[in-house]
Amino acid sequence: MTTKTAELSMAIFLLLASIALMFKSAELNIGWIPGRGPGAGMWPFYLSLGMALSCLAIMYRWYKRVTPESRNEDPFLSPETFPIVAITTGALIGLLVGIHIIGIYFSLALFIIFYVGYVGRHSWPLTLALAIGTPVFIFCLFEWALTTTLPKGLEMFEPIYYPIYNLIY
Amino acid sequence: MFTEIFVHLGEGLLEAFQPLNMMMIFFGCLAGLFVGALPGLGSVNGVAILLPITFLVPPTSAIIFLAALYYGAMYGGAISSITLGIPGASTAVATVFDGRPMAQKGLADQALMAAAIASFLGGTVSIVLFTLFAPPLAKFALAFGPPEEFSLMILAFATFVGLGGDDIPKTIFSILIGLLLATIGLDIISGRPRLIFFDIPGFLHGINFLVLAIGIYGIGEMLWTLETTQGRVQIENVKITWKRFVTNLGQIKEYIGGATLGSFLGFFVGTLPAAGATPASLMSYGLTKTFSKDPESFGKGKPAGVAAPEAANNSASTGSMLPMITLGIPGSPTTAVLLGGMIIWGLRPGPLLFAEHPDFVWGLVGSMYIANFVTVVLNLALIPVFVKVLATPFTVLAPIIFTLCVVGGFAPTQDMHDVWLMLIFGVFGYLLRKLDYPVAPAVLAIVLGPLAESSLRQTLIAGQGSPAVFLERPIALTCFFFALLLVLYPVYQAFTRKSKKAEAAGA
Repeated sequence: MTTKTAELSMAIFLLLASIALMFKSAELNIGWIPGRGPGAGMWPFYLSLGMALSCLAIMYRWYKRVTPESRNEDPFLSPETFPIVAITTGALIGLLVGIHIIGIYFSLALFIIFYVGYVGRHSWPLTLALAIGTPVFIFCLFEWALTTTLPKGLEMFEPIYYPIYNLIY
Repeated sequence: MFTEIFVHLGEGLLEAFQPLNMMMIFFGCLAGLFVGALPGLGSVNGVAILLPITFLVPPTSAIIFLAALYYGAMYGGAISSITLGIPGASTAVATVFDGRPMAQKGLADQALMAAAIASFLGGTVSIVLFTLFAPPLAKFALAFGPPEEFSLMILAFATFVGLGGDDIPKTIFSILIGLLLATIGLDIISGRPRLIFFDIPGFLHGINFLVLAIGIYGIGEMLWTLETTQGRVQIENVKITWKRFVTNLGQIKEYIGGATLGSFLGFFVGTLPAAGATPASLMSYGLTKTFSKDPESFGKGKPAGVAAPEAANNSASTGSMLPMITLGIPGSPTTAVLLGGMIIWGLRPGPLLFAEHPDFVWGLVGSMYIANFVTVVLNLALIPVFVKVLATPFTVLAPIIFTLCVVGGFAPTQDMHDVWLMLIFGVFGYLLRKLDYPVAPAVLAIVLGPLAESSLRQTLIAGQGSPAVFLERPIALTCFFFALLLVLYPVYQAFTRKSKKAEAAGA
C-alpha cells in the first residue's frame, strides 16, 4: 500500500468511526432537557460530528493533493520497516494473551527470551539474566513494595506463588 | 508580596530537603538523564511510563520525582544528540546541528559541557521566573468560574491549531478524539453509562488518560524508534581528562550571551501548550545564529550552537509547568501527564492549589532549585557511563520498556481490558503518526476532557441553554478572541503565501 492510499483509507476509516460514534452518542439524549440542562449525549455527539467534518476536510485535501502524504507514492510500510514492526506487535499480542493464561511473570519471561534471544540474537547468559531478572524485579516492586497484585493467569497457577506470599506478607 | 514569596520558598526548600524528597530528586534526575539520553525516549515517555510506580510515595514526593525526571530528561537529550547524532528527544533536535560536528572533530566533551552548563543556566533563569510569576497568576486565576475555565481550554487547543505547525484538520481531529475518549464511561452529571461499546464492562470505568499516554508515548514511540533507527547507531568517542575540563570551563564566555537569551525565550515559549521545548530550542538556535558575528560558522561545530537550544529547552520545561500549576492547563504533553497524575493523587490542579496545598506547590518549586544543581553535577560526573549505556542494543532496551508499559497500563485500574486498549492505542497512534496526525493534542485533550465538559455544561445550565454567558464575562471573551485569532492565523498565512505566489507568477 502506498502512503497516498494509506492516507485516504485512514481518513475513510476515521470518518466511518466518527459516524458510528455519532449514532452511539445519539442513544442518549443529545438535546436540551428542560429544567435539567444538556443531555448526556450532547457533548460526545457534537465532538464526533466535528471529527466527521475534519475527516471530510482531510479527504478533500487528499483529493486536492494538498498534504505531502497525498502525493507520496512510497510504500506506507517499507520492506525494512514491516518485519520489525509486525514482529514486535505480534510479540506484544502474544505477551498479553500469555498474561491471561500463564500470568504476567511467566509470560514476561517468554516474551523476553523471544525478543532478546531470538529477535536480538544476544547471548544466552544475557537473555536468561533479563528473562529472570525482569519478572523478579517487577514482582518485588508491585506485589511487595506497592502491594498491587498483577494478573497470575488461570487459577491453577496461583498456588505457585503461595510460598512467596508466606515469605513476604 | 516578595517577602511572602520568600517565606513560602524557604518552606518549600525545607520540604525538598526532607530525606525522602532528596532521594526522589536524585533518582528522578538520574532516571531523567537516562530517559533523555536514550534515543527516541524523552521526558513525556519517562513520565508516562513511570507515573504508576510513583503511587508508592506521597503526592509531594511523587511530583518531585517526576519533575526531576522532566528536568533531567532535558539535560539528557543532549547526550545522544552529541555522541550519536540522533536527538535523544525531539526537544534536543537543534542540539544535533552543532553538537554532532563538534563530536566528529573530537570535541564531544566540550559540546557536552556546553550543553550541561547552558541547561543549568536555562534551568536557573526559568525557575526564578516561575517563582516570581506563579503566585500572582494563581491569585488572578482565583476569580475564574466555569465559563473562564472552558474558554481557557479552548484557547489552549487553539494554540495547537495556530502554532502547532501540523496539518490543521488532522490537529482538530486529534483534539476532538482526545476529548471524546474522555467522555467514555459514566456521565459526570447524570451518572448514565455512555459510549459503552459492545457492552464491554471495561468501558464503564472510562479510559484512564494513562492508557492513552502510555500507549502512544510508550508502545507507539518504541515502534517509531524501531522503524527510524533500525537498531543501527554510531557512537563518537568522548575523551575526558581533568585538564580538558578546565580549558572547557574557560569557554563559557563564548556562549553565555546566546544561552541567556535562550533561557528567557524558552520560558515564555514553554508556557504555550502547543509550543513548548522543541520550537523554543529551534527558535533560540535561530536567534543566536542571527545575532552572532559569524553566522556561517554555525552548523560546523560551534559551542554557542549547542548552548543556545539546550538553555531554551530546559527553560521551556519549567515554563510549561507555570500554566499547569496556576491555571490547571498543561503547557506541554509531559505536564499534561503530570496533571493527570495530580488528579489521581486527589489534588485539583488550578489556582486553588496554592491556597489549599501550599506544601505541595512550594515543595515542588523548592525541589526544582535543588534538582537543577543535582542534575548538572550528575550529568558532568556520569558522562562516561551514559556513553556506555547508549551502546545498549535496542533489542535489549525495547522489551524492558514494553514491560514497564504493560505493568504501568495495568496498575491504575487493575484491568487487563486497559492493557489491551493501550496496545491498540499504541499501534494505532504509530500508524496515525506516520500519516502526520499530531498525537500530543489528543493526550492533552483526554486529560482536560472531563473538566472541559463539566465547565461547558455548568455554564450552559447557568445560562439556561444560552451560550451568551460567555460574552458577558470579560476574561472568557478575551480568551475566545485570542483563540479566534490563533485559528485564523494559519488561514491568513496561507492566503498571503498564495497572493505572493500569484505576484511572483505575474511578474
